[in-house]
Amino acid sequence: MNISLFITCFNDTLFPEAGQAMVHLLERLGHTVDFPEEQTCCGQMHYNTGYQREAMTLIRRFVNIFSQAEVVVAPSASCVGMVRDIYPRAAEQFGDHQLAAEIAALMPRVYELTEFLVHRLGLEDVGAYYPHRVTYHPTCHSLRFLHVGDAPLRLLRAVRGIDLVELPEAEECCGFGGTFALKNADTSMAMLSDKLRNILDTGAEICAAADNSCLMHIGGALHRQRAGVRTVHIAEILASTEERSLV
Amino acid sequence: MSETLSPKQATHPLPTFQVSAKQALANTQLRRNLYKATHTIRAKRAQVVGEMPDWQELREAGRALKERVLRHLDTYLLELEASVQRAGGHIHWARDAEEANAIITRIAADHGAREVIKVKSLTTDEIGLNRALAANGINAIETDLAELIIQLAGESSSHILVPAIHKNRAEIRELFLSKLEVDSLTDAPNELANAARAHLRRKFLSTPVAISGVNFAVAETGTVCVVESEGNGRMCVTLPRVLISVMGVEKVIPSWQDLEVFLQLLPRSSTGERMNPYTSLWTGVSQGDGPQEFHLVLLDNGRTQVLTDTVGRQSLNCIRCSACLNICPVYERVGGHAYNSVYPGPIGAILTPQLVGIENASSLPYASSLCGACYEVCPVKINIPEVLIYLRGRAVRYKQRSRSLRTRLNPESVAMRLMARTFASRKLYEQAQRLAQLGQLPFQHGDVIDALPGPMGRWTAMRDLRPVPRQSFRDWWRSRQAAHDASEEVRS
Amino acid sequence: MNTEGPAREAILNHIRLALQDVPAQEQPDAVVVARDYRRSESAPREEVIERFVERVAEYKVTVQCVEETSLQEAIASACAAHRVRRLVIPPDLPESWLPGGVELLQDGDALTYEQLDTSDGVLTGCALGIAQTGTIVLNGGTHQGRRVITLLPDYHLCVVYEDQIVNLVPEAIARLGDAVLRHRRPITFISGPSATSDIELNRVEGVHGPRTLDVLVVRTYFRTPDERSSLRQV
Repeated sequence: MNISLFITCFNDTLFPEAGQAMVHLLERLGHTVDFPEEQTCCGQMHYNTGYQREAMTLIRRFVNIFSQAEVVVAPSASCVGMVRDIYPRAAEQFGDHQLAAEIAALMPRVYELTEFLVHRLGLEDVGAYYPHRVTYHPTCHSLRFLHVGDAPLRLLRAVRGIDLVELPEAEECCGFGGTFALKNADTSMAMLSDKLRNILDTGAEICAAADNSCLMHIGGALHRQRAGVRTVHIAEILASTEERSLV
Repeated sequence: MSETLSPKQATHPLPTFQVSAKQALANTQLRRNLYKATHTIRAKRAQVVGEMPDWQELREAGRALKERVLRHLDTYLLELEASVQRAGGHIHWARDAEEANAIITRIAADHGAREVIKVKSLTTDEIGLNRALAANGINAIETDLAELIIQLAGESSSHILVPAIHKNRAEIRELFLSKLEVDSLTDAPNELANAARAHLRRKFLSTPVAISGVNFAVAETGTVCVVESEGNGRMCVTLPRVLISVMGVEKVIPSWQDLEVFLQLLPRSSTGERMNPYTSLWTGVSQGDGPQEFHLVLLDNGRTQVLTDTVGRQSLNCIRCSACLNICPVYERVGGHAYNSVYPGPIGAILTPQLVGIENASSLPYASSLCGACYEVCPVKINIPEVLIYLRGRAVRYKQRSRSLRTRLNPESVAMRLMARTFASRKLYEQAQRLAQLGQLPFQHGDVIDALPGPMGRWTAMRDLRPVPRQSFRDWWRSRQAAHDASEEVRS
Repeated sequence: MNTEGPAREAILNHIRLALQDVPAQEQPDAVVVARDYRRSESAPREEVIERFVERVAEYKVTVQCVEETSLQEAIASACAAHRVRRLVIPPDLPESWLPGGVELLQDGDALTYEQLDTSDGVLTGCALGIAQTGTIVLNGGTHQGRRVITLLPDYHLCVVYEDQIVNLVPEAIARLGDAVLRHRRPITFISGPSATSDIELNRVEGVHGPRTLDVLVVRTYFRTPDERSSLRQV
């Protein structure tokens, strides 16, 4: 399959290794990948913060850039959630029927990485090796908006050498919520406080998730607290092999 | 007693959520009470909902019934009016809190009432009924245990369903000792309940006028339904001579049959029980049984305004179960008072701004991380995250159209517009990436950024930030492509 | 100042304006309501009755199954066990139920609230029982009397015949509708004694309303399966 990479502005700028891992992984699985360089941002931050008019430019741009793709895969459940959940609504809100039609045509081809691997490619064992104690945090977008279900866990369970430990109260929101982490920093931190406690209780070395946005929030606090636990995007774990131990 | 909301007070902006939340977060007693309460109810709800193989079908029916009612609200209200009148009841229409209070006060006064007994009703809180009655020399006695507690404490409710959730038993004991006629009391819950029972019994048996809210009103039959646990509802709707029930216009349901949906959705969603202890359903007046005079007040108070908005309108589906409050990670930590409204929690965050005007409650739609848990549990499928985002759009547009230049050019708006322009062009975007890679240098200490200025400081106050990598993904991709092309060239 | 006339018109007009997106010719039932939830569920009667008994008992209610011939005795025992000396009864209660040894306060000419409040208990039948939720429903019909008599006394003894028990809530609602439409009967759903969870979410039984509820389920063990499956009219 020829896969168009939707890296996300976030990963592109701050967490390039998640995108790199995804490239290594997909190529290892025998697919060709391309990176449409015109891509920048899906518009989620703007749209969700209330700057919907401003987001429309970015939405139109995204749709144009990826309209011819065979399939689009992103290492971010929240951005894919934006495309599948919000794009149709946005087009309707601004009465743009043409755009709505283009979105409808594109949506079925846009995937988050773990759902792509499990639901589209039918894989669970991707040949990964990652000898660490890991706990998995299901992000709200992947859980409640994309309904990826247990795809990430099935992938992780098949990783050789992994010591996967269940996260207590896993489905609780970590408190990131995009600009919520800044606009309501105190409440955000109160929520994070409990998420950290649960992570530390697992004795894991690594907390993994399908979204670097949440991981930036969780990892940032773990680092501040010198907790001795770090965060890794699931793509990096899945891309890791004996030969190429990525993290 | 804090101010309760009403569109008439629309010129008073509510205190911002951020400020109120910060205070609440520091209250350790509140945090412990809320944690225990919300987690207990969550577990109970999950259990009884888990028993139901047709829960999703019930939710869909609930949603569809509400949609039907709202799309034809005038038809159903007229049908309700006719049914209630046919059954011997009186109907009153009130455009706002003031009108509703005037109607109710007049009826009570006409019967010479100096005191009235009340069943807990959010709607009556919303219109500030007790205050209005007091201003006319009529004392409204709250008969729900929690309402009694907060009335005695001079506070306001912090939860739709369990209004005194922020008080523990020791605090309640102290309150009863000082305000009720008891000499001694332990803090055992059953003793506390008995003290309330004795105190209120006298009132139930002797007060001729009662006021209640309404959970559902059936248009087809004129039946009014009150769902409760303690029995004070039964007392109030059965014993007095005169009963006045106040309902928001959205509470009407089409037919008798539709109760089969809502009487399943509500108990399991609210108290996490298969059925609540008592549900009373009465139709007008019944000869020789219960009040001989019944008044139903239909209240608008901003609801028809909410109806106008095709996105926001779904907020009126709400059956006041409080499942969204109980599941919300924000509510769990800040409690109800932080929302500064009669309607707190997720539903409050969308309903309040629509009732009082976005300009007066612009911080409420942001009181959410958009985790979506509320939508999952809402028995009538209100897409709360969708409405939150939509209201954020209204808040932003309101600021962008402000007459004050300062408001129009607030830092967030400027930054967002700048970023939108940047993201709209690959060139500008890549330039911005370079800028970030360089601009962070003063703030970078080794492998970490731990102190940023301005609003970004709110991040670094509690979290570290990994520095922006010198090589972005696209930089890596391009160099990889270049190396690949170069090796291709060598080969060919 | 009578504002109600103009208020009515104003509210209705405002609603119509708000609903401009709804086509004028759309009828309410054009909004499809999919009733795919369980509206009835046939289960063996034995199972339904057992479920009713189980779920009522979960509310801390004492439930006893008795045969018709032992009903009066069971009523008498229950009254004795709860030291009921003055028992309120609705005017149409069958003679065969009435226990000896207690003073019967028949609510024929309307007992006063005082009398009801100082009684020791009340004995009634019911309109139906709901197995799914362990609920007893009163609608002022046969053997039930007016609402206040099951509200003020501190002890309520309720007789439920096995053929009054339905399985699901929708089945109950369907059977109650007629009396509401025709006679406007007031209805009370009772699921356990009154309770509050307002004090730290600890459930405390018996705030207002009867603090003790006892239920006697009258079984007819010798009925044929066919006879068993027909329900008594509400």
